[in-house]
Amino acid sequence: MAMKVLREVGRKRSGAAGIGGSRGFADCAAAAMGVAERREGGGGTKAVNLFTAVNQALHIALDTDPRSYVFGEDVGFGGVFRCTTGLADRFGKNRVFNTPLCEQGIAGFAIGLAAMGNRAIAEIQFADYIFPAFDQLVNEAAKFRYRSGNEFNCGGLTIRSPYGAVGHGGHYHSQSPEAFFCHVPGLKVVIPRSPREAKGLLLASIRDPNPVIFFEPKWLYRLSVEEVPEGDYMLPLSQAEVIRKGSDITLIGWGAQLAVLEQACEDAAKDGISCELIDLRTLIPWDKETVEASVSKTGKLLISHEAPITGGFGAEIAASIAERCFLRLEAPVARVCGLDTPFPLVYEPFYMPTKNKILDAIKATVNY
Amino acid sequence: MAAAILRRLNPTTATLVAPLLPLARAASDSTSPLTIETSLPFFPHNIDPPSRTVSTTPAELLATFRTMALMRRAEIAADSLYKAKLIRGFCHLYDGQEAVAVGMEAAITRRDAIITAYRDHCLYLARGGTLVAAFAELMGRVDGCSRGKGGSMHFYKKDAGFFGGHGIVGAQVPLGCGLAFAQRYRKEGTVTFDLYGDGAANQGQLFEALNMAALWKLPVILVCENNHYGMGTAEWRASKSAAYYTRGDYVPGLKVDGMDFLAVKQACKFAKEHVLENGPIILEMDTYRYHGHSMSDPGSTYRTRDEIAGIRQERDPIERVRKLILAHDLATAQELKDMEKEIRKEVDIAIAKAKESPMPDESELFKNVYVNDCGLESFGVDRKVVRTVLP
Repeated sequence: MAMKVLREVGRKRSGAAGIGGSRGFADCAAAAMGVAERREGGGGTKAVNLFTAVNQALHIALDTDPRSYVFGEDVGFGGVFRCTTGLADRFGKNRVFNTPLCEQGIAGFAIGLAAMGNRAIAEIQFADYIFPAFDQLVNEAAKFRYRSGNEFNCGGLTIRSPYGAVGHGGHYHSQSPEAFFCHVPGLKVVIPRSPREAKGLLLASIRDPNPVIFFEPKWLYRLSVEEVPEGDYMLPLSQAEVIRKGSDITLIGWGAQLAVLEQACEDAAKDGISCELIDLRTLIPWDKETVEASVSKTGKLLISHEAPITGGFGAEIAASIAERCFLRLEAPVARVCGLDTPFPLVYEPFYMPTKNKILDAIKATVNY
Repeated sequence: MAAAILRRLNPTTATLVAPLLPLARAASDSTSPLTIETSLPFFPHNIDPPSRTVSTTPAELLATFRTMALMRRAEIAADSLYKAKLIRGFCHLYDGQEAVAVGMEAAITRRDAIITAYRDHCLYLARGGTLVAAFAELMGRVDGCSRGKGGSMHFYKKDAGFFGGHGIVGAQVPLGCGLAFAQRYRKEGTVTFDLYGDGAANQGQLFEALNMAALWKLPVILVCENNHYGMGTAEWRASKSAAYYTRGDYVPGLKVDGMDFLAVKQACKFAKEHVLENGPIILEMDTYRYHGHSMSDPGSTYRTRDEIAGIRQERDPIERVRKLILAHDLATAQELKDMEKEIRKEVDIAIAKAKESPMPDESELFKNVYVNDCGLESFGVDRKVVRTVLP
């Protein structure tokens, strides 16, 4: 009963935002704009940073669905990154509460809560701590609907977690574990690049009837400021966005890495290389069509992510595109990623896929 | 007097470990026994508690005072270095909790193993680590105890049985049980002290490890350093039962005044004898940290300054030992003050030396991912990166 209601609500909202409609080779950027326009509530925008945008999304999510809950370590006072400020005061300690220090318990508990038809929005304080919860997410959350023949599901589950390098995080406050979860059919992995994207994608993730892991780039929490619509809006999942049009090479990234890629694009433009930049946004299920269309146009592909290169999600993109665009490719698919070492402490600048590494790779690929 | 503690060092390691303590002093350094009663009793769980009467010597008390004052000074110096941005990343300070490290060390040998979480600077020093190695590691220099690759949370000392230094909360607990299993196998009469905090006490892996330890009678002592706050969360808000020494259920436990060096020493000595015969025990050290959780935490948003000041006034471990020394006429107040001044200088010299140490070479980035760096292909578009050879 409750499940049907959840699905209906999900469908209504996705209908309103244009998700699930036919996604041809339409200009995704324009589509996103169209989606953003269909707002409920206020029509204005305000310049806010990433954690404020996430906070706004959570406020709206809890406001619009009385059966949604936010919990995790230290979320009550606002969280270590201030993403949950004001929620406990506004919605009460029965809906916004702290959990003890037990990630496996948090994930399992969230799955159970979601299985009862609620929207469980759990926070894992740093993505580096998600591994005790890995079993619950992979073996329970991802497989719940499948193994029960659709009798049960935990679609209301959303796990939010800050990921990525921050300049001084070291081994356990900087990891990018998205690739581990991209390997699990049944889960969705969503990563926003900016405040506007974060709010829209988070609301879409919360309302999506599948378990979603939402990684937030912690480096951008304060750094990234953007005009964000004040009302309720969603951005489509599984739709990549072409954020910069070009003709010589396709660059793909997600999260904080896009800022670095953008800088590389600017520098490459000075050398006369026209780069097309795509934000993947949803890592699984990922928008193969958009990427394929872009590579069919440019004939070259470069993927960049912070996670170590071997087995990173770039490998999946490279293999799929090689399969789909083999005859069109004019150079090997380049991957500029973190090195195959544990995330280092003092060596962080060496480890990271920096603008210059990307620029080198762009030139090497274009001149192949 | 330094000999009292140094004597317990394995003879082969005595040369490797630079002594933390100075040569003989004018102050009383006799080894004539003193018996002192702990100010608080031990609270037992499924076990008969040890006696409250602890035997010590003037030499030991003076050495303890010196070591704890050194640790205190080192932690405060680390605070300044962090604010000066010479230490980056994370830095979790131990000031206030010194008695646990020093008391434990006084009860055991360097063949026993200690493993802990990330608040590990003072445990490293207690295990014989040098100030220079500690500060160099904090600043990420090559002369650090982990060659600059670990940082604050990853201090290790193999020759002294110090297994570090772990960032993930609770992850070290099953590791400690594994160490104890190896020790049981070796039949050398050694034990493992497996330290964790009140925040980690709710981790599932702790109970998994406890069950294994009890099932297989492992010589492991689980030590909960209860400083009453898991980062910013008070223990009563995180745990249904904050009586961590009882949480082992079928595993016996003891609650100890963690600010009292003698109580800690007595409890650890008792625990070591117990686990060698009977399997695991939980020691809950009732202690307190003056600093916040880490250098990013002011430590005053979730507790009052009065509380912190109150503990400093009533229960400070160093002041306690100072009072004992003065009460038993083992040294004058001025001598102790001079000792502290000397310690200050010693720490400053160590910091200066640590600052001279260089940053590790870039090639270190790829070292020790695997043994002999085999199988590692480090490639990127940066052509300067060397590809290592596959076996």
